[in-house]
Amino acid sequence: MEKARPLWANPLQFVFACISYAVGLGNVWRFPYLCQMYGGGSFLVPYIIMLVVEGMPLLYLELAVGQRMRQGSIGAWRTISPYLGGVGLASVVASFFLSMYYNIINAWAFWYLLHSFQDPLPWSVCPLNSNRTGYDEECEKASSTQYFWYRKTLNISPSIQDSGGVQWEQALCLLLAWLVVYLCILRGTESTGKVVYFTALLPYCVLIIYLVRGLTLHGATNGLAYMFTPKLEQLANPKAWINAATQIFFSLGLGFGSLIAFASYNQPSTNCQKHAIIVSLINSSTSIFASVVTFSIYGFKATFNYESCLNKVILLLTNSFDLEDGFLTASNLEQVKGYLASAFPGKYSEVLPQIRNCSLESELATAVQGTGLSFIVYTEAIKNMAASQLWSVLYFFMLLMLGIGSMLGNTAAILTPLTDSKVISSHLPKEAVSGLVCLVNCVIGLVFTMEAGNYWFDIFNDYAATLPLLLIVLVEIVAVCYVFGLRRFESDLKAMTGRTLNWYWKAMWAGVSPLLIISLFVFYLSDYILTGTLQYQAWDASQGQLVTKDYPLYALAIIGLLVASSTMCIPLVALGTFIVRCLKRGDTPPVA
Amino acid sequence: MLCLLFFLVTAIHAELCQPDGENAFKVRLSIRTALGDNAYAWDTNEEYLFKAMVAFSMRKVPNRETTEISHVLVCNVTQRVSFWFVVTDPLKNHTLPAVEVQTAIRMNRNRINGAFFLNDQTLEFLKIPSTLAPPTDPSVPIWIIIFGVIFCIVIVAVMLLILSGIRQRRRMSKGPTEMDDSEDKCENMITIENGIPCDPLDTKGGHINDAFMTEDERLTPL
Repeated sequence: MEKARPLWANPLQFVFACISYAVGLGNVWRFPYLCQMYGGGSFLVPYIIMLVVEGMPLLYLELAVGQRMRQGSIGAWRTISPYLGGVGLASVVASFFLSMYYNIINAWAFWYLLHSFQDPLPWSVCPLNSNRTGYDEECEKASSTQYFWYRKTLNISPSIQDSGGVQWEQALCLLLAWLVVYLCILRGTESTGKVVYFTALLPYCVLIIYLVRGLTLHGATNGLAYMFTPKLEQLANPKAWINAATQIFFSLGLGFGSLIAFASYNQPSTNCQKHAIIVSLINSSTSIFASVVTFSIYGFKATFNYESCLNKVILLLTNSFDLEDGFLTASNLEQVKGYLASAFPGKYSEVLPQIRNCSLESELATAVQGTGLSFIVYTEAIKNMAASQLWSVLYFFMLLMLGIGSMLGNTAAILTPLTDSKVISSHLPKEAVSGLVCLVNCVIGLVFTMEAGNYWFDIFNDYAATLPLLLIVLVEIVAVCYVFGLRRFESDLKAMTGRTLNWYWKAMWAGVSPLLIISLFVFYLSDYILTGTLQYQAWDASQGQLVTKDYPLYALAIIGLLVASSTMCIPLVALGTFIVRCLKRGDTPPVA
Repeated sequence: MLCLLFFLVTAIHAELCQPDGENAFKVRLSIRTALGDNAYAWDTNEEYLFKAMVAFSMRKVPNRETTEISHVLVCNVTQRVSFWFVVTDPLKNHTLPAVEVQTAIRMNRNRINGAFFLNDQTLEFLKIPSTLAPPTDPSVPIWIIIFGVIFCIVIVAVMLLILSGIRQRRRMSKGPTEMDDSEDKCENMITIENGIPCDPLDTKGGHINDAFMTEDERLTPL
């Protein structure tokens, strides 16, 4: 006798779960970077086209499969065809890798959040050197925010070979992060369904508060103007289109099995088409909204730095020429420089090398993505705001909500197949299974708390869940359209939801989306092959900046293993099933 | 005769206080930067106050308790405002060693700053480094306290959920009988919804034997 499958208490919980999973850190720290690099306002054109052509159809497909099969990813794909159980397994492996390294970001967010309750903020001032006459050397060469990130938070080693020891502070934060995740997934959909109300809605509250604050900051309009000025020539750049497609693809979190898992807890009659459209639209608008906030903050920071630079030049000239204090201002600087150059040429040429050219554009043009954006650039902007503790707490709390929302989806992708399997669910209660998964991930995640942990994090971030996912989603589409049969799937959906499938979806699933994914896949592969040796950015403490180094051999081997372990599941399981069947049926070939 | 003596004295003074002179220090003030509209003008009265503060600092040094304001000489005042000063001995024929002056100023820096409403950055003594105040370090870092609070709350919540889950399961198994229909089980299920207890389209494993799964009919209705 079966337990009935747990269900979402209402469709809203399902929508919120999908939103909180899809709207994650990538919306905040990757999209603004892409927008800046590929033409500002004009990047929205390829982005929206890719959303309609690639994002919505693929999202609808995954939700429909999950809702139809009512099982986690392994069971669902095995139902479609027993040879394709490997697709589900590959999704689970990819999710496992993802949850391993993703939660360290939550640990870092916790660390910064806990440190936001101090006055002054610890990343706003450099610590003193040993004889208290000046500031710490590494901090002087870099900036105080970079110092706090690289030295106090990560305590990063100079290269990936020097692993160093586990940092106990980071390990504690990681433990806390996993405990919070465990608390949220403990009871399955019952607890997850309630938590997603917060993880989906709170980030928007904070974003709105930040939007209002950001737009009223001095210099915010500089950043916004810079971002939204369309550079139409970028539309001809193929990289813009490829990056738009990749961003849509990864931002929605396709291929991990989380969407299938969430949809499997739906009532069969749920209108997943409407939900797919809603979730993908909300995801993209959040990206755009977050980039408006980010760019006003950028503008503020760039203006602040530009004005500090100008003030430094003014001070230098005032001191060298003993001009009256307050005489030199930003407006008359150029004139006075000209006058000084003509009146005191000798002295001016001495001072000239120290005068930096301050440019607002070069400050705005520093494009950063990823952890650098959140933990270095944003903190630098926050420390200059009034009531910086409040803004810091709000910001890191928002990051935490976004990160935990995505973690709920990641762990659901792993747990749903495990709890679906009779073997495991008959011996262990759900709480124990979740606890074990969290414990294993936490212990492995301690690798990322070592001194070289950030380098390993970058490896996982770049390679564990990129190429394999494209392959997984490609096999998924092909499986549904050609192995299961598009017509059969269509009639199943009609029986389940009562609505006919629009021709648009059929056209996308059967033709356009697979082609898009194949071209993305080809592009990624060729990019890897062409770049030759893989390199990474290492922090050099003596110079106070990042330097490029080559990966050692064992790191390359691990990269290969990461990519292979999920992709190889697909052919291996298919082969294994084929062999098992052959053996079971003796010499009779299986009926295809 | 007196005029000659006067000129002689001022000449000697002028020699003792010179830019880059021996034991001379340059001072730089940025009054407008510090005070904005409340800035005061730098005149001879302010200079007198400055000399008084330096003399006061020197009097705190052992063996120099008899330093007078007239022993402090100020010269080369520019518009910046910047000037040089030296401290002479009571006989006014040589300047006091730089080290003594340096120590004296460093120890009383706060008082000097306070007299002029300035700080270490706006009242600069070139070549006299200021001692930077270390950031206040509480004995227990604040972040650990907050961490402990959140940690305890989360652990308590986890324990509560696990215990209530165990209690629910024990109630279920002790309950009426094992033969309880799925309806009952579903009511006690961890989900709250009051919807469909049984899954009409239940296609989970257990109803489907994988070995026979290949062929045609999966669950195409009709």
